[in-house]
Amino acid sequence: MTVNGEEREADVWPGESLLFALRERLGLPGSKNACEQGECGSCSILLDGTLVCACLVLAAQADGHSVVTVEGLAAGEELHPVQAAFVEAGAVQCGFCTPGLVVATADLLARVPSPSEDEVREALSGNLCRCTGYAKIFEAVRLAAGQGA
Amino acid sequence: MRGGAGGAVSTVARRLEVGRIGEVVPRGDGVPKTTGQFAYASDLWAAGMLWGQTVRSPHAHARIVEIDIAEAVAMPGVHAVLTHDDVPGQKLYGLEFADQPVLAIDRVRYFGEPVALVAAEHPEQARRAAELVRVEYEPLELVVDPARATEQEPLHPDRPTMGHGYRDDPRPNVVRHLVIRHGDPDAPADVSVDGAYEVGIQDQSFLGPESGLAIPDGEGGVDIHVATQWLHVDRDQVAPCLGLPPDQVRIHLAGVGGAFGGREDLSMQIHGAMLALHTGRPVKLVYGREESFVGHVHRHPARIWAEHRATREGRLVSVRMRILLDGGAYASSSTAVTSNAASFGCGPYDVPNALIESTCVYTNNPPCGAMRGFGAVQTCFATEAQMDKLAAALAIDPVELRLLNALAPGDTLPTGQVVRGSLPVAEVIRRAAALEPPPPEELPRDPIRLPGGAGNTTRGQGVKRGSGFAVGFKNICYSEGFDDFCAARVVLSGTAAEIHCAAAEVGQGVTGVMLQVARTELGIDDVTLAPPGTARVDSAGSASASRLTYMAAGAVQLACRAALEERDRTGAAEVDVERVYHHPRTWPLDPDNGQTTGERSHVALAVAAMRVVAEVDVELGLTRVVWIGTAQDVGKAINPQAVEGQIEGGTAQGLGLALMEEIQTRDGLITNASFTDYLIPTALDMPPVVSELVEDPEPDAPYGVKGVGEPPTVVSTAAIVSALRDATGRELARVPVRPDDVVGLTS
Repeated sequence: MTVNGEEREADVWPGESLLFALRERLGLPGSKNACEQGECGSCSILLDGTLVCACLVLAAQADGHSVVTVEGLAAGEELHPVQAAFVEAGAVQCGFCTPGLVVATADLLARVPSPSEDEVREALSGNLCRCTGYAKIFEAVRLAAGQGA
Repeated sequence: MRGGAGGAVSTVARRLEVGRIGEVVPRGDGVPKTTGQFAYASDLWAAGMLWGQTVRSPHAHARIVEIDIAEAVAMPGVHAVLTHDDVPGQKLYGLEFADQPVLAIDRVRYFGEPVALVAAEHPEQARRAAELVRVEYEPLELVVDPARATEQEPLHPDRPTMGHGYRDDPRPNVVRHLVIRHGDPDAPADVSVDGAYEVGIQDQSFLGPESGLAIPDGEGGVDIHVATQWLHVDRDQVAPCLGLPPDQVRIHLAGVGGAFGGREDLSMQIHGAMLALHTGRPVKLVYGREESFVGHVHRHPARIWAEHRATREGRLVSVRMRILLDGGAYASSSTAVTSNAASFGCGPYDVPNALIESTCVYTNNPPCGAMRGFGAVQTCFATEAQMDKLAAALAIDPVELRLLNALAPGDTLPTGQVVRGSLPVAEVIRRAAALEPPPPEELPRDPIRLPGGAGNTTRGQGVKRGSGFAVGFKNICYSEGFDDFCAARVVLSGTAAEIHCAAAEVGQGVTGVMLQVARTELGIDDVTLAPPGTARVDSAGSASASRLTYMAAGAVQLACRAALEERDRTGAAEVDVERVYHHPRTWPLDPDNGQTTGERSHVALAVAAMRVVAEVDVELGLTRVVWIGTAQDVGKAINPQAVEGQIEGGTAQGLGLALMEEIQTRDGLITNASFTDYLIPTALDMPPVVSELVEDPEPDAPYGVKGVGEPPTVVSTAAIVSALRDATGRELARVPVRPDDVVGLTS
């Protein structure tokens, strides 16, 4: 499969999730495992451009497909505008939810460049955050949207 | 290894942009956390690493007849299967009393109690081997009703809670019984209101489940990289159980995915170290979400009865309160929760007479201990409901009633402590009450803005709007004579400095606080933080009790000033100094009457007030919090953006307890151990939160700071339910408020 633009191969056990393969086989631990059942969004990635929870996809299902993880968003040293906005707005505390929220926000802004408040809330409602109460996350989304992320 | 100390990726801030006390400074770990480079405990990896798995009890109370590991040991890929027989040192540990077995010995006392350990090459092999550990149980009589616990067989017949300076209660299963008697609780008054209240079990639900990596050092010792709240107290519990001297057990802080009290107690530390020392290989344990629900303590569920008496003019005359806390199977920090619940039971009001009885019992329910707000959450919910009730009985505006009784410096707490420091209760109430909520929204509207959101099938015909108000307070730092301190070490070389401090960054931002303090004190920008560990600096104390900003700021300030002084005195090119900071001394409470035995039992106090607008669909029982405005006494905001973040996040956790969060049990067994069944607030549940920071410096604290993490959680549950009562006209005496409560099916 293609991961963050590179051809990658992994020898996986048939029962392994794509999340496990990314984290433990391919050295990409940025996607987080917080619920292992698609409830928290911490493992949000793009599979052929569609936002999915990597814990709900079997590694084998990704064979031949294209995957983008949080590690693939920045252009070298330069942060993706969503990443920069999260840092600036104070949207990061413990940060465990952050990779998933960054990917979900990047996906939202790619589809809807100037989302309304309700659109933001709905789009991010599948990503749980326990630290921030979401206010600074909404601020980060507004900030990133203003910068044409 | 990947991540952690010595690895390529540090879990702590290396450099920050220039930022001094009082400035908004972006987090130093913000960039690695947004790019996925930050190494959490669950991301650690080492060559030759094995995966550990814990075998847990499916019973809440049972005798262990036999443990047969033969089949599990024979599984491919399995390197170790360990039981209590393999615990090398002391078999019991605990934060306050050593009452909890490392691995169950002859009986299990709660659902999910660790019984055996497995290490294997693949996590799936470890899981399957764990299923093949055959444990024969003989179920025992359950102690699951806290009200009956003191009449049943003792769960800890050797009474580990006796003889520690608390009132030694002869009844079985009492963890702590505290009575605060102040003035004449029988004093007559014009008006009296009473009520019985209940709080369910809340879970911390930090997003990063318990995890860590234990690495044997080849010389009999072990390095444990773990997500925790207090490195040194972990070490002091782990080392005796491993039969090792403390310097052979080095605890390193791995990236922490949230804590909120749930990482004060040990999780995988001893287990991982046992497996690593037994196999001679690094061993990693990572709990899944279901396991996390049994892998840490929870917020104590509570039953509270209260009676408030007042004059016709609205002055409080006396408060009587009985508090029953269910501590679950092991003590954890229950004694301090018991005392906090009682100490702050009357709220931030001047109460001349009080009788408060607070009791915590052992049961076979999930063990409870620290969670953000720590006892004050439960009693704030009850006492603020009482204040609303009293306001209604007296026909006085609820905000006016609170102002009339607001506690102020010079007043006496029910524990006999005179408030000496900062406590701007009236100011905080006025500032919160002055915040202007948005106007009511029109109907019909997008269903996403209806109570229940898209799940609401109506056009909003049953929607009613309500407004609520509450005030809450609690202690900053540890109380009751605990000798608390924080150490910091500063290595100052030219215009650069390195700070060593074992303060646990759990997401709250203490690393930023320390850097801001060091830059302010040293007057230089090139300041770095060394990775926190037990080997190179003394204890920082816990990331708990809203104490760490206060204590770490004090320690870093002290060490920086000492470093400058030493450099001036000696002229040395490099100075390396370590200093230990103590907050003002506190004294224990008298076990007979709950009165302070010295000048004070609490170091400092912080207060928050909150105004809430909520909508309720009174036909469907659905709720929507529309807006929250809050004012909080923060002493001095070191980083105002981080303070706001604590207020918004703390408010969300209180909203969760008010509306949705409760661990469900049946005969002691948890039945909703997942994020499908245990709901925490989402982006759709949280309203805008307007926060006002009230800066009234605490005279004894460095820069006047107060901790800010807990007050919003203390007050928000009470404030939200106050708004729901206003909308529904119902009593709503239990949280979380369920749809059945809202529509009146339960009262």
